[in-house]
Amino acid sequence: MTWGVRDLTVDYGAARALDGVTVAAPAGEVTVVVGGDGAGKSTLLRVLAGIPVPHRGEVSRPDPRRIAFVPTGSGTIQDLTVAENLDFVARAYRLRHWRERADRLLERTDLASFRDRLGRELSGGMRQKLGVIMGMLPSPDLIVLDEPTTGVDPVSRSEVWRLLAAAAGEQAALLVASTYLDEAERASTVVVLHRGRVLLSGTPAQVSSSLAGSIVDVDRPSDPSLAWPRGARWREWRPGGDPGGVRPDLEDVVIAASLAVEEGPS
Amino acid sequence: MTALEARSLTRRFGRFTAVDAVDLRVDRGEIVGLLGANGAGKTTLMRMVLGLLEPTSGSVALFGSPPSRATRLRIGYLPQNLGLYRDLTVAENLRFAAGVYGVTPAEAPPGTAATLVGDLSLGMQRRVAFAVALQHSPDLLVLDEPTSGVAPLARARLWERIRAAAGDGAAVLVSTHAMDEARQTDRLVLMHLGRVVGTGTEHEVVGNASAVVVRARRWADTFAALEAAEIPASLSGDALRVAGADADGVAAVLADAGIDARVETVPATLEEAMVLAGSRS
Repeated sequence: MTWGVRDLTVDYGAARALDGVTVAAPAGEVTVVVGGDGAGKSTLLRVLAGIPVPHRGEVSRPDPRRIAFVPTGSGTIQDLTVAENLDFVARAYRLRHWRERADRLLERTDLASFRDRLGRELSGGMRQKLGVIMGMLPSPDLIVLDEPTTGVDPVSRSEVWRLLAAAAGEQAALLVASTYLDEAERASTVVVLHRGRVLLSGTPAQVSSSLAGSIVDVDRPSDPSLAWPRGARWREWRPGGDPGGVRPDLEDVVIAASLAVEEGPS
Repeated sequence: MTALEARSLTRRFGRFTAVDAVDLRVDRGEIVGLLGANGAGKTTLMRMVLGLLEPTSGSVALFGSPPSRATRLRIGYLPQNLGLYRDLTVAENLRFAAGVYGVTPAEAPPGTAATLVGDLSLGMQRRVAFAVALQHSPDLLVLDEPTSGVAPLARARLWERIRAAAGDGAAVLVSTHAMDEARQTDRLVLMHLGRVVGTGTEHEVVGNASAVVVRARRWADTFAALEAAEIPASLSGDALRVAGADADGVAAVLADAGIDARVETVPATLEEAMVLAGSRS
């Protein structure tokens, strides 16, 4: 089963948040949506999660009881303990026989030793892990997660990703928003949003090889408007191609594609 | 020339040692990245460097002297929450900070001078915070996750400014969780539980750390088999990665589970190396 949106457009007053966006989220796969503040990630996620947002375009999503939405900041309840947060989800989704599953999910992380700790006393990383576990608990068909790893340290981030892999392994469709490009490498499909439009999409390998022209690694750029720093050196996009190019990574390709939209190749 | 030198720097809170005998040096013109999990001691270390917190023992020297009001004037600090006054305009924020440092205010980004900071997009607030941190041409820049949440192109433009400041002779200390940001630095310092556990370029910090890549027709079955054997795997496109594992051990587990997979040892990523550094100590 593939969920998703087709030709989705959302206006907030005069501001167009999404403009003709098409994204597919197949079962058993992790689809990562990357983009900065204001790219439209949260709006896309909210529409797919079934939160009422006036929109145009087709939306295909499961029954609301088969969707889990993990908002930014994890959606955990600060005044409930870890165990109570899970109990709350179980009641909201009217789950039966859920405790064993909750225990198994907790055991994958360091949360197992903190069942009685209040949400507000958890570290940011632990709170995000709890949010993901709460999303997974009802075994939904679609899990929509808004930046579950922003500000989360690398150790907790790898635990979050282990949980996400487990959820996809259970055949849930996952749509994950992120601001980290290195996370997009983990995805089955990556969708790069830029100012409400899909800038690039495909498997990480497809996106990395989708660039027109080439990227060169130089001491000093010949056209600073098409260059960006990489450590003490520069990467420069040559839209007309250049045989001395390097193999671009996702970051290179996304920056070059953003330049093409913002400034246009000279 | 050395801008910042910390020697055997230690800070305890009651019985908890947040920073434990840390040596750290940042030279003029150099960008040093501070990496580590939450609780590794990065923030406590930065607060001591800024003179906001007294060390329990050890010393900090800024431009050869202990932290003081005089050295503080030569530091630009960008806190994680940006440190702007949301109910002042952009021009007022710049003027206020310029007054504190005794310099002429920098120009506001085009079209923003009269706008309240609280009414700006997060991306624009971040540009203003950069202008505030840089307008007194500091000799030491301390940046706490400077480009968190910023789109790749905008992030590259902010890094151009950081690189330009270093080119003009500033020493830069950057704390970050983002691996692509870590890649922008000249040298990394990896902290774990208050101690420095690795230092050098990305290549040097990763060192000999390795990961096992597993490719199979159905990754979900492979993942389940590895999890059942308590081998923590992560997803990487349509393959799986196991940081720090032994390829033969992984292959044996999969063979026992009747899974036909290709198993290959590759260098660890920086993030995997960090996770491994944490689990080793």
